[in-house]
Amino acid sequence: MEAWFALLVGIFFTVAVYLMLSKFIIRVLLGVAVLGNAVNLLIFTGGRLTRDVPPVIAGGVDTLAGPAANALPQALILTAIVISFSFFAFLLVLAWRAYEDLSTDNTDEMRVAEPVKDPMPPLGY
Amino acid sequence: MAVPTSSSVDLSAALVLGPTTVADWLVILPVAWCFAIGAVLVMLRRAVGLHPIIAVAGLAGLVLIDALLLRHVVTNGPVTMVMGRWLPPFGIAFTVDLTGALFALVAAIVALAGGIFSLADINDSGRRYGFYPFLMLLMAGVSGAFLTGDVFNLYVWFEVLLISSFGLLVLGSEPEQIDGTVKYGFLNLVATTLFLVATGYLYAVFGTLNMADIARKAEGLRGSAPLMTLTALYVLAFGMKAAAFPVNFWLPASYHTPRVVVSALFAGLLTKVGIYALIRVMVMLFPVEREELSFVMALAGALTMIVGVLGALAQSDFRRILGYLVVSGIGSMLAGIAVGGPGGIGGAIFYALHSMLVMTGLYFAAGIAARLGGGSSIATVSGLYRKNVGFAALTLMLCFAVSGLPPFSGFWPKVMLVKAALDIGAWWLAAALLLAGFCTVIATGRLFLLAYWRDEAGAAVETVRLPPAVLAPLAALSLLTLGIGLYPEPLLATIQSAAAGLAEPSAYLNSVFPAGGLQ
Repeated sequence: MEAWFALLVGIFFTVAVYLMLSKFIIRVLLGVAVLGNAVNLLIFTGGRLTRDVPPVIAGGVDTLAGPAANALPQALILTAIVISFSFFAFLLVLAWRAYEDLSTDNTDEMRVAEPVKDPMPPLGY
Repeated sequence: MAVPTSSSVDLSAALVLGPTTVADWLVILPVAWCFAIGAVLVMLRRAVGLHPIIAVAGLAGLVLIDALLLRHVVTNGPVTMVMGRWLPPFGIAFTVDLTGALFALVAAIVALAGGIFSLADINDSGRRYGFYPFLMLLMAGVSGAFLTGDVFNLYVWFEVLLISSFGLLVLGSEPEQIDGTVKYGFLNLVATTLFLVATGYLYAVFGTLNMADIARKAEGLRGSAPLMTLTALYVLAFGMKAAAFPVNFWLPASYHTPRVVVSALFAGLLTKVGIYALIRVMVMLFPVEREELSFVMALAGALTMIVGVLGALAQSDFRRILGYLVVSGIGSMLAGIAVGGPGGIGGAIFYALHSMLVMTGLYFAAGIAARLGGGSSIATVSGLYRKNVGFAALTLMLCFAVSGLPPFSGFWPKVMLVKAALDIGAWWLAAALLLAGFCTVIATGRLFLLAYWRDEAGAAVETVRLPPAVLAPLAALSLLTLGIGLYPEPLLATIQSAAAGLAEPSAYLNSVFPAGGLQ
């Protein structure tokens, strides 16, 4: 089971890296979204995959009866999903705004902050 | 095997049963305080006139809290507080040692200076778009990152400061800023995701995320677990955060675009959070792996220094020169971490604290220069010296400090780092440190010569008065730099024991697991 998941995570990472190497922001953004999911699956696999029951303590009992699934990776992923979703939303709006203001989504043409033909620094008085 | 409810459960095995002392609340207070002030500011979003008053008072309070926390840690050693009274490693721990407390205090001082500077720099529209709430949330993230004792929480605090920094960076939404934010945003998000990847592996290997727990379990797993891979991933992730070569190019692309006070705070705080995390992980959690990676890190450090300072020499914009000088300073800290030992680690911590003060001050100076000279290109700005002599003197002090010249604060960490590098025989690293310092002198000298000393031919220059809100923070940071340079002993002694505490974290472990703890 873990091996299959490892393979799946690997595919996710490959796709994410491929998309993020693109020049176009919107593809980079899709890459970021896939990357977030790749990491979430990685954490999930890191907590070991089992068919055990959820760690719920039955009524009238103080301790868990029998083995239980690891709840912590799921808590971690929940946090990571919330964070990566909010970042994705922010970056989506930013990309749209960049497209509106700079009228391009090609990162090669985004040279407002770092002009290509910067004047030479002064060499003397 | 069901256990009947009637049998009494021994809670002391899982919970902290004693009452929490008031001093323990100090550990969590910097974060809670910043969030509370930020929330108040958001609630008062229509009363923008009140924002600066509340925020500056809040930041002054933060300095006070962090100073008390540092005093508490100096007298009592590392302090731990766990959320929900769960015993570590089950509860989320906030653990503060000397290093964390020192970084938090200097960060608060820098933020207070920024808060005061913003009174004259942030206009009404900036206030309406929420500069001050973002500033308080940024400080919550920065303080949380310095004080937490849990790796996953470190990730969460990184994200808190990252999202507030996005907000601050686009404030004003000029095309230049949007361009800068696109690069800053995507690259920093990739860096934090790498950090999360490493944390996922860390959990898979250790089954715990508590730093103290990891530090004591690492020794037993050294033969069997892929700790080198983990450490290398952390180096890449935090190196990207700290803008180390070759993953540094997002910084000079974005830091010159926002409001001056935002650049100043970013230069002072954000890259140093990366350095702090690197020190924490490399020195305390994985010291053996740091040893193994030390050559790679030293090489990256030397290249960061040289590439940074060469970039500074090639620029003609005041703020872009400073962006490259921030990168160059990061190289010195990396060199310190690579060298290790009390000299290297102490030097890196000292350099980071010095750099927080100096880089913030220099960005303030860039803002004032733009205000006086009507631009930020040193090809056109001139005669600043005659316009305001006091301001020119303060800038010169900071230029000396960033170059590592005595008697300013940059001198001592540089001496420590060069000596530490020579002690382990890395003469090339010491040479790179000295060369970077020399080139920094040229870069800042050129800046001062052109923008301050050069007079427009035939133009009559009149003296310009500056409002105290912009001059006071600059003066405070410059004088602090001078003070540290002239009388470094108390800070040096504290930093030495902070570095010793990282290298030999038994006090840290004892604070988290008082009686040896659960295994």
